Amino acid sequence: MLGKRFGRMAVGTVAGAMLMAAAACGGNSGGDSSASAQPSAGASSDAPKAGALKVGLAFDVGGRGDKSFNDAAYAGLEKAKAELGADIKDLSPASDGSNRGELLRQLADAGYNPIIGVGFAYGEDIKKTAEEYPDIQFAVVDSASNAPNVTGLQFAEEQGSYLAGVAAALKAKSGHVGFVGGVENDLIKKFEAGFVAGVKSVKKDAKIDVKYLTPDGDFSGFKAPDKGKVAAEKMYQDGADIVYHAAGDSGLGVFQAAAAAKKLAIGVDSDQRQTIKEADLQPVIMTSMLKRVDVGVFEFIKAFQGGAKGGSNTVYDLKVDGVGLATTGGEIDDIKDKLDAAKKDIVDGKITVPAKP
Amino acid sequence: MPAGLYRALLTVAGAAVAIVLAVAISSVAISVAGASPEAAFAALFNFGESERAVVNGITSMINRSVPLFIAGLAVAVGFRMNLFNIGVEGQYRIAALCAAFVGAQFSLPAPIQILLIIVVAAAVGGLYALIPAVMKVTRGVNEVISTIMLNYIAIQLAAFLVRGPFTGERAKGQLTTSTPTLPESAWFPNLNGLFEMFGLPAPRGGGLWGFLAVAVLLGVAVWVLLERTKFGFEVKASGLNPMAALAAGVKPKKMVIAAMVLSGAIAGLIGLPEILGDKHNFGSNFTPGLGFLGIAVALLGRNRPAGIAVAALLFGFLDRAQGPLQFANVPPSVIAIMQGAIVLLVVVANEITSRMALRREERRAARQLGRHTPVEVAA
Repeated sequence: MLGKRFGRMAVGTVAGAMLMAAAACGGNSGGDSSASAQPSAGASSDAPKAGALKVGLAFDVGGRGDKSFNDAAYAGLEKAKAELGADIKDLSPASDGSNRGELLRQLADAGYNPIIGVGFAYGEDIKKTAEEYPDIQFAVVDSASNAPNVTGLQFAEEQGSYLAGVAAALKAKSGHVGFVGGVENDLIKKFEAGFVAGVKSVKKDAKIDVKYLTPDGDFSGFKAPDKGKVAAEKMYQDGADIVYHAAGDSGLGVFQAAAAAKKLAIGVDSDQRQTIKEADLQPVIMTSMLKRVDVGVFEFIKAFQGGAKGGSNTVYDLKVDGVGLATTGGEIDDIKDKLDAAKKDIVDGKITVPAKP
Repeated sequence: MPAGLYRALLTVAGAAVAIVLAVAISSVAISVAGASPEAAFAALFNFGESERAVVNGITSMINRSVPLFIAGLAVAVGFRMNLFNIGVEGQYRIAALCAAFVGAQFSLPAPIQILLIIVVAAAVGGLYALIPAVMKVTRGVNEVISTIMLNYIAIQLAAFLVRGPFTGERAKGQLTTSTPTLPESAWFPNLNGLFEMFGLPAPRGGGLWGFLAVAVLLGVAVWVLLERTKFGFEVKASGLNPMAALAAGVKPKKMVIAAMVLSGAIAGLIGLPEILGDKHNFGSNFTPGLGFLGIAVALLGRNRPAGIAVAALLFGFLDRAQGPLQFANVPPSVIAIMQGAIVLLVVVANEITSRMALRREERRAARQLGRHTPVEVAA
């Protein structure tokens, strides 16, 4: 009997809670309907513009909100909307990444052209989709062109890393620096090669520790802050003053190790001193090697508007400011002259930065 | 009202209430996320403007359902005898890798090539499931723990093999790794003809995966095996009452090994629709997580092949809306909320309706025995 009464009470409580939730929902949806009505109204007013620029962009798993690589791509897309009047749409895949190709096709079927895949994981899916939709132009960030209507958007990471190396060598009193790479593949090796060349250009006998978190093909090294921390801790203990990371989310561990050792680190991809959430880690980020995915995305859209066709790779280098160093915090302002000189030498072709270690 | 009809009506009513509640809960979640529920539900049913878009949508829904259905079957075979094979995830990944690698080593006429790949996948999956089965019958290791642990081993092992010993050629500038591409004789023919029969355009991408036919046959075979054979009876008997089954001469150790290996062998096939029908290799972009989803699909389908098929189609239907939802400015994570809510509520509804049916049956029995007080039901 008691059990029955308890059951009734439980049902009553649950029902009450649900009613309240439903009431809250009603209030919310009332407020939101006006907000959500706006984008659709905007879309319908855009529709009649025949031949208007419609740009589609598909993220990889993890997508928007990473305060780095993907958000930079989105910034480029938004710039295209503001400056070129483009109608834009961005999609993120399911968490298992099973529908990358599907998203590209849905964008294509909805009339988007050009379509951009962000991240090397799109390489194969872009190729297939591009063959199915030969009239649409595609671009893929960080992967090579593999069809006549695909543009590979690549970056001269080695040039930006060279500047990071110059800055590290000038700032490291001990003449000892470190590099933490996320995954030991050709892409990340470009960062290492440029960094090492930059350091050696300042101090021939500098000591450079290099550590990769995972071997080629195992992408977990990009999201393993614990491994990044261990690797960087070792370098700082061995006497390194500054550690440069090209390890995605694992960089957080590098910054933590730097803060604990009261030393410095160099960020990657975006201006991490600005984007990092942990305020206590900001001061350890001396500078960041910027990879301007936003520039790449925007320039590609602009070139498309000008009638450019795919089939080749576009490399964004120092000349077009596709890569560079962040100056937030002013830690490298005192060596600005030397950095500018190094940059000028690279742009002028006096220095050729190696892309392979 | 006859008891059977009452029970069937209860089940349907329970499922209907569960789905209505799931819709309500999802609406709350969508509102909280700052989007409009109406737009979200419209997007679920929006398959696109053009015929081609509709065909693409239907294809991606079915293509998603096929591996989920096989995963559900694999889990259900274990569940039917109270064996919790949580290791479907690891079993299908290691099996898919081995099948893709072995299949790329030779080229035979298509039917033989494909059959061999299927056999390799089932064998690897079954063998990998044999490990926890043997541990259970010889040392009494709980299969939940051992299969979960073996998942980690399988996933890491597959990741190592695909970038090491089993790796294939890579195009210049490509960073993903994969096994060598399968010869064309291993490409499972698609079923695009089904659409063309109705005068519709063929879907894009890999098309409607031909492995759908294998999955349907597999579903029928599992149904026959569980419902119409002595083995199936013994599986169910062991699940319902192990002591009674033992007394009736069912060997429990043999049953654990047989059910586990069968579950693993079916699990081995989960990755094949994707590999044979679309990707033609096992690589960094291979779809993970299907083994865990299979648990939800099996629960939703009440461990019966027909129910699992409905559940897999429902999941496929919801997953297809990833893109359309984003076109409607609704965060696609509401799909996961909806799936979770439906599974939970349907399981709760099943339990409630079966208790209600049981109580009614006991009352009826009590009345027939001439006693006028209902028997208290042990909850």
